[in-house]
Amino acid sequence: MSRPPSPRPFPVLLPVRPPAAIAARWGDCRTATILALASAPLLLMGEALAAPGEAGIVATLWKWTPVMASGFVLNLWISVLAMAIGTASGAVLGLMQVSLLAPVRGGSWLVTQFFRNAPWLVLLFYCILLMPFEIRLGGVVIPLPAWIKAVVGLALPVMANVAEVVRGAIQSIPTGQWDGAKALGLTRLQTMGLVILPQCLKRMLPPWMNVYAILTMATPLVSIVGVQEAMNLTRAALNAESRPDLLIPMYLYLLVWFFLYCFPIARATLWLERRYGVAG
Amino acid sequence: MDTVAAFFKWLKAAHGINLTIGYDAFDRARFLGGLLATVELSALCILFSVAIGLAGVWLQGARNKWLRGAVYWYIQFFRNTPPLVQLYFFYFAVGGVLPRIDGGPPIGNFAWAVITLSFFAGAFNVEIFRSGIEAVPRTMGEAAEALGLTRAKIFFLILLPLVFRICLPALNNNLVNLVKTTTLAYAIAVPELLYVAAQIWSDENNVREMMNVLLVTYVAIVGVLVHAMSRWERAMRLPGFGQ
Repeated sequence: MSRPPSPRPFPVLLPVRPPAAIAARWGDCRTATILALASAPLLLMGEALAAPGEAGIVATLWKWTPVMASGFVLNLWISVLAMAIGTASGAVLGLMQVSLLAPVRGGSWLVTQFFRNAPWLVLLFYCILLMPFEIRLGGVVIPLPAWIKAVVGLALPVMANVAEVVRGAIQSIPTGQWDGAKALGLTRLQTMGLVILPQCLKRMLPPWMNVYAILTMATPLVSIVGVQEAMNLTRAALNAESRPDLLIPMYLYLLVWFFLYCFPIARATLWLERRYGVAG
Repeated sequence: MDTVAAFFKWLKAAHGINLTIGYDAFDRARFLGGLLATVELSALCILFSVAIGLAGVWLQGARNKWLRGAVYWYIQFFRNTPPLVQLYFFYFAVGGVLPRIDGGPPIGNFAWAVITLSFFAGAFNVEIFRSGIEAVPRTMGEAAEALGLTRAKIFFLILLPLVFRICLPALNNNLVNLVKTTTLAYAIAVPELLYVAAQIWSDENNVREMMNVLLVTYVAIVGVLVHAMSRWERAMRLPGFGQ
């Protein structure tokens, strides 16, 4: 009995996809499965090694999962907020770098370089230690808890990196586009808004996602300045258990959480880069 | 030296700007020690991470599928997990279960920082070197093969000098990032610049001054590095290659 041909959609209507990307994705899935299968005996061995009267390693990890998840949600929340603030301010800073006014251009360049060259942790310390714990606006007192200060501290380097992404994308548009817009009688503002920026969006997306992934991986830094996020809660859980055999599984477990969140972003970035044909 | 100390004392008396590292010999020694530790840490990590990058890219070209897979997952794991958690994992978890030698841990915190950060930056270096190798026309390797060169000779004599010049900008970018990432060693009490600065500001209660000194020092270090590297990049650029 011959198998009926699988119902494939008409190929002409599909967007062209580089075959390498598909192959790489399948390779990933297969290797991931093999890795998962290979780690199963290790886990079982861990169970067997757990001293009598103690809960198994998997059971303990499972017990602390809700606590770690609550911390991880704060990590993600901090990353989203910092990204939003950093993107908004970075876009302005990036546009200022292509301004026609030399002082604006120079000033924004200096700000960008400063925040790009400063280590993330130092900027974080700066914000945590030197920002007030509350601000008074008229009669209203706005409290600033540590995690909000941390968001600002992380948003500063994000701002500088996004500014570079925006500037790079604008400058990568061929000058012919500017000339063409001028010939059509568009003002500089119209040229930017109607011609240049729409073309930039596509080019900016992959590096912007890259900045987001780097930011997400920087969020555990806020544990150093005392915010109760996933890293701190994991250490608290380890202190509560005080079992040396849990050290490696617990830290690995946390690493896996971040990996499962950041790896798909990295793959999607790569895929978009290939699709849009802009390297790096 | 006395005039410098006098100036900083005057600064404190007249303006309340308390820069103890300017007039206090102990604090100055601590600060310079931290600066030296940061430079040492950076230099060692750069050296090892480039070596790891070269080894990784060499293994990626291996015929063995499992070896290639191992390198791929090494890269993905270190690239997509937070460096701070990696540092804690190695220092507290792996370092915690290692057998003790003469009552002390076999690997100290400075060494763990070097190991972790080298593997972290090394993962990026593998990809950078690979993209450089892909940029060299295949015919170059084929011609070398036709001349009877072994795989090692092709790699070190033909490909590497070209690859190095092609990927220098990306490599420098990563190494500058690595220097900034050395601040994470603070978390495992390596006495580098950030750590000693924190010690000084908790002893002398001059957070604002030290914080500014710290920020300016790091921006200066990285700025000088970026400037030197970009000059080097321009000198090493392959004429007519790339954009």
